[in-house]
Amino acid sequence: MLLSVKNAAWTGGILCAGLLTAALFSPAKSASLGSLRNALRVVPHSPSTRASGQDTPQASSPIPATQSPSSQAPASNPFVVVLDPAHGGADPGARGTGGIRESDIVLDFAVQTKRVLEAYGFQVIQTRQGNDNPTFDDRSSIANAQRRALFITIHIASTGLPGTVRVYVNSDLPPITDPAGLIPWDRAQAGFLAASHKLGDLVQGSLTQRFKGSPDFSQIASVRQLRTTAAPAIAVEISSVTVEERTSLDWMATGFAEAIAQGASAFRAQSPMPAAPGVSP
Amino acid sequence: MMERWRPLLIAGIAFVLTSSAIYFAILRKHVKTTARVRPPTEEQARRELTQLNSVNPGDAKEKVKLFWAAGANGSTLTPVTIDLPLAKDPVQRSRQILNTLLAGPVDTDLRTLPPEAALLAFYLLPDGTGIADFSESLATSIPSGIQSEQLAADSITRTLEANVPQVKQLKILIHGQEVETLAGHLDLAGFLAVSRETPVPVPSPASGKGSTSPSSPGAKPAAPESLTPDKAPVKLATPDR
Repeated sequence: MLLSVKNAAWTGGILCAGLLTAALFSPAKSASLGSLRNALRVVPHSPSTRASGQDTPQASSPIPATQSPSSQAPASNPFVVVLDPAHGGADPGARGTGGIRESDIVLDFAVQTKRVLEAYGFQVIQTRQGNDNPTFDDRSSIANAQRRALFITIHIASTGLPGTVRVYVNSDLPPITDPAGLIPWDRAQAGFLAASHKLGDLVQGSLTQRFKGSPDFSQIASVRQLRTTAAPAIAVEISSVTVEERTSLDWMATGFAEAIAQGASAFRAQSPMPAAPGVSP
Repeated sequence: MMERWRPLLIAGIAFVLTSSAIYFAILRKHVKTTARVRPPTEEQARRELTQLNSVNPGDAKEKVKLFWAAGANGSTLTPVTIDLPLAKDPVQRSRQILNTLLAGPVDTDLRTLPPEAALLAFYLLPDGTGIADFSESLATSIPSGIQSEQLAADSITRTLEANVPQVKQLKILIHGQEVETLAGHLDLAGFLAVSRETPVPVPSPASGKGSTSPSSPGAKPAAPESLTPDKAPVKLATPDR
């Protein structure tokens, strides 16, 4: 009898936790609900890595941001690169006069980049596999659930010199000062800006070698997608959808994929990754 | 008797038919012309109302710095000085300056904001927070992309910074509503820094020495003024479109 009461209490507790988790992480579309959810939301951490970006993010207990890197990451953990083909679904992104849609092209670029990154020894997750449009938070969730992730969101611009590529790092965010060491979801990138700058400069350098006219260093911009990502994160923007023929962009895909992989490899070689969200290398 | 009136009757009918044909042709032309002159859209009407008193010729003329696009493919900003009658009141002054920025240069390559966009309202809170409410066109007509959206926001914040020192930070609304992004990229959830004196926490730049910030409002670049000297006054487009 005592055992069954105890079991019932455990079951009730698990159910309550499940309901709370579902409430916090359900993809509510309402802006006010979203704000409330994000105000309360912290970056979860899961030691497991994912095989597919289509999985829903795992909700687990938040962890302190000040844990030692060495105590968290077993050496066997592979680096995970989360590739984010931007837009999708009802949001085509930038559109060219020749019917070129940003959402289509970035997906193709992501597929090619994934293949090359895997050849370089990275585990790769795409935030979308087809023509769907996960929310910004859903995309960030995939990276935030990893221990050793790099996040790269891919865009095609409406402007800029065609055939060039620019890398962006998120602009400065207020530092995280939570006494419990929790990372607020709304500025999860704050603790990773230095690492993101390093990754951005390495990838930009590699891209500029291939695409003349691109900048020498990464630039800073307030990119919504990057703000909620608790990992070294960059946005890569290719110019542009204004080209007459899609082939003018397609020819860039191979060099783009190689440059991303080389930049990420250089970053991996130079930077001991933080073992947990919130710890900058 | 009937035989006698027949030609006259036929001639009368022919006259009436010809007159009717001419009349209806003219009427049709008038209808087409009238249909071509559409009544102003809701947004056009709103813009006319909001801009009606934006510039008061009685105000003293001042030198105003407007930040327009420059560089290869309009990828950077440059300050351009113009003479403009400006009010002393910071709210009215902000409206005048933003309307002039929206009117834009004659050279469309220098534009950072879409010509269809309109400033619907501007408020200034006591703590120096400006709230600029733009029409939907700012979001729907701006070229989609990180570079173009960041450039648009920077041209607004840097123009305000140069001309209205009371504005320390800016919140952009689209048709009275908070939006997550401008056109899918630029983060508009928070405030854009306007004043360089506003403390902006900077994380350790140990590894980010190479990164450049030509125009970010969050991380102000070091002395961009010296890198982008003022151009000579240029011709402005007419604010009332």
